[in-house]
Amino acid sequence: MAKRIDVSGLNAYYGSFLAIEDISMTVEPRSVTAFIGPSGCGKSTFLRTLNRMHEVTPGGRVDGKVMLDDENLYGAGIDPVAVRREVGMVFQRPNPFPTMSVYDNVAAGLRLNGKYKKSELDDIVEKSLRGANLWNEVKDRLNKPGSGLSGGQQQRLCIARAIAVEPNVLLMDEPCSALDPISTLAIEDLIGELKERFTIVIVTHNMQQAARVSDRTAFFNLAAVGRPGKLIEIDDTERIFSNPSVQATEDYISGRFG
Amino acid sequence: MSNATLSSKPSSLRGATLPGWSTWAIAAGSAAVGYAVSAAAGLHSDIQWALIAAVLFVAGSYGISAKVEGRRQAKDRTATSMVWVAFLLAVTPLASLIWETAKRGVKVLDGYFLTHSMGVVADAEPGGGIYHAILGTLEQVGLATLISVPVGVLTAVYLVEYGRGRLAQAVTFFVDVMTGIPSIVAGLFVLSLWILILGMGESGFAGSLALSILMIPVVVRSTEEMLKLVPNELREASLALGVPKWRTILKVVLPTSIGGIVTGVMLAIARVTGETAPVLLVVWGTDFINANPFQDPQESLPMYIYLQWANSGGSGAAYDRAWAAALTLIAFIMILNLLARVVARWKAPKTGR
Repeated sequence: MAKRIDVSGLNAYYGSFLAIEDISMTVEPRSVTAFIGPSGCGKSTFLRTLNRMHEVTPGGRVDGKVMLDDENLYGAGIDPVAVRREVGMVFQRPNPFPTMSVYDNVAAGLRLNGKYKKSELDDIVEKSLRGANLWNEVKDRLNKPGSGLSGGQQQRLCIARAIAVEPNVLLMDEPCSALDPISTLAIEDLIGELKERFTIVIVTHNMQQAARVSDRTAFFNLAAVGRPGKLIEIDDTERIFSNPSVQATEDYISGRFG
Repeated sequence: MSNATLSSKPSSLRGATLPGWSTWAIAAGSAAVGYAVSAAAGLHSDIQWALIAAVLFVAGSYGISAKVEGRRQAKDRTATSMVWVAFLLAVTPLASLIWETAKRGVKVLDGYFLTHSMGVVADAEPGGGIYHAILGTLEQVGLATLISVPVGVLTAVYLVEYGRGRLAQAVTFFVDVMTGIPSIVAGLFVLSLWILILGMGESGFAGSLALSILMIPVVVRSTEEMLKLVPNELREASLALGVPKWRTILKVVLPTSIGGIVTGVMLAIARVTGETAPVLLVVWGTDFINANPFQDPQESLPMYIYLQWANSGGSGAAYDRAWAAALTLIAFIMILNLLARVVARWKAPKTGR
């Protein structure tokens, strides 16, 4: 069920401001692709164009093509709501629904989209929490509020919530930047397991993390503040970190930037 | 005290401090001086010596503190005392009002008073009750709430979740204007449109319409503020799960803010429950029980209070009834506020710790 993403000639705007320009890349199924680059270079914006969350921002607008297998996400008649069921997302800060229990948080995506039997839901919730390596920690407190968990647990709860709807692709926008090293390790392990089933795209500021978890790495950069961000290169992670083909990538990775 | 022993060793981090009881001593001292001054000058009002004492307290705590502790601490103490004085100035009239109403209101307030109307009681005679007024108030305010809450909450949802550009600006502007409409104008509007032009006759429902005009902007404003407090991340989290926007609003945004919305609605209800002018114009008033809000005049509590005062020709029995009705009205609004707090606490997002 993991699908390939094929982006070609993609521009994203905020109002009249061109945020990212002419991006083309392929994201392989059942692999982890990491986006690295300086702040403001458009990594997150690009990530959000992959499940049509960019247009949720007022003024957000996209042109270009994003193919999910053989369907263009920006084609005519495509329902953004349906796209987001196929392409799930985990955010920078853990954001469980504060009014819901742990159980309801995981079931939210299904419940808010249709009717399920209680037994069916129970199964899916357990499966998703196990999938997110959280089951053992929360199985006795499924009916307690999700916001009572620790930050790392909350983030894994959000991952469980995202995989409960069985998406094809999982987008992660700096999922560990608000977490301590132990929780980060837990999530990185989890990413390693999830790539067996999902296509994973992760934005990170931590280059060691990109090197640890990803199969392929894309480096984004911008010429200057106020100019659009661009994709500099995308290659196998090993190559990017040992022998990148563009000088800017090497400068950024080795800390010789700017 | 440790300060005394340490003061021989000069330390830049440790300054002299006034003992904890000094604030109370200064307060008591200034109250005594204020009282003595006003007694000596032959001032009769309680307010005068209290004001003198307040000024003495603020000035005194600054002076003493500046002498002992230094100027920065003195300024800090002055700010603290000003806050306290302001608090007392605000609370004293409120406490006095409740005390006075309770004292005069309990005289005739009993089961009989709450369950009988004024039907066969002349204005100046003792007896009778406020059952018809309570009934009228409940029905009129209830209907007004039924009209205002859907309109107000939906308007706020539009403004926060959907509204962009001209229309949203216009709606915001008119809501602001509506907030400032005097209640009598709302009454006159309903009187001219509903009663004079459409010829519908006085009724409790006409009153509800007028009260809705006053209530809607309050509901819109408070709901809008509450919806804005819902973090955008929650909306995005829901949208990213493939939940349509309307369900996101219904199942995530509104439940997260429901406590605040209910509080706002309760406060709006409390505000219109005490309205007299529009009710006087379009509900008209009656001494008899009329349970049908859609036909014929009704009574309401604020109107009852006013009419008892206005029509009684100074009869003590009527004044007692007016005070008792006022006490009932205050109690009603207080209970509503308490309910609002309970609901807000019950519905507030829980941390589970």
